Amino acid sequence: MLLGPSLAVSAILFSLGVAGVLLRRNAIVLFMCIELMLNAVNLTFVALAQLYGAGGQIMVFFVMTVAAAEAAVGLAIILAIFRHKQSVDLQNINLLQG
Amino acid sequence: MTAAVFWFFAAVAVLSAALCILQRSPVSAALWLVSTMFSLAAIYVLLGAQFIAAIQVLVYAGAVMVLFLFVIMLLNLGRSASDIRGPGAVTTAVVVVGLLVGELIALWRYTPHRLAAELAQAAPFSDPSVVFAAGDIARQESQARGVVGGIAAPLFQVYLVPFEITSVLLLAAIVGAVVLAKRKA
Repeated sequence: MLLGPSLAVSAILFSLGVAGVLLRRNAIVLFMCIELMLNAVNLTFVALAQLYGAGGQIMVFFVMTVAAAEAAVGLAIILAIFRHKQSVDLQNINLLQG
Repeated sequence: MTAAVFWFFAAVAVLSAALCILQRSPVSAALWLVSTMFSLAAIYVLLGAQFIAAIQVLVYAGAVMVLFLFVIMLLNLGRSASDIRGPGAVTTAVVVVGLLVGELIALWRYTPHRLAAELAQAAPFSDPSVVFAAGDIARQESQARGVVGGIAAPLFQVYLVPFEITSVLLLAAIVGAVVLAKRKA
């Protein structure tokens, strides 16, 4: 069954993703940390789907689709920013700072 | 035996994730993330979600991470100075992550039965045996209809409308990515 251990691993992975978002300045690594968080949530869905039916596993499909769409659009935005600034460091992206 | 395999892959997943957020080079970070995703796929198999495990390897480790690697190499980001933020951000991260881990681990004490009991006490919600049908549904379904059939039947019956909306989302993402990445003529 392994429900509790799965949820604990998921919690640790999610927190590592949050730590990555807070620590890194590279926009692409930031995106990878977001993927890590989505994966952690997927683990929760699969762990609970053992008990409560296939709905959890189907939700994982939708999360994966959203993650793929988000990666495609986000990386296109990063490409556009890189053409503009020659950098993906978030410290150099300060157009809205006034 | 199952528990030992689970803990092995759990340790690999957590270690790879930690290395992923600490690696200086984006390429190494991406490869450690792939390692995390493979370990998660193995854990999915142990949790009785074999089809999800296959999709995880194909879509995440295959497609999404290859997209990341393409962009990293397209932008030539191979070797750069460390981009980890200063001590202020490290303190913030340690505090926030500590709180988050504490909260999430505290949730571990909530077993389904305890949650059902509290719901039953709280309000005229509904019969807990209806909300939380007796466990182990996934295994019963996959024994009755097969691993793929157990997912396919609800996906194309109960969740048909969300499934179709997902295709619209993918179309919008394709169009958006092309428009954003296109060079202005």
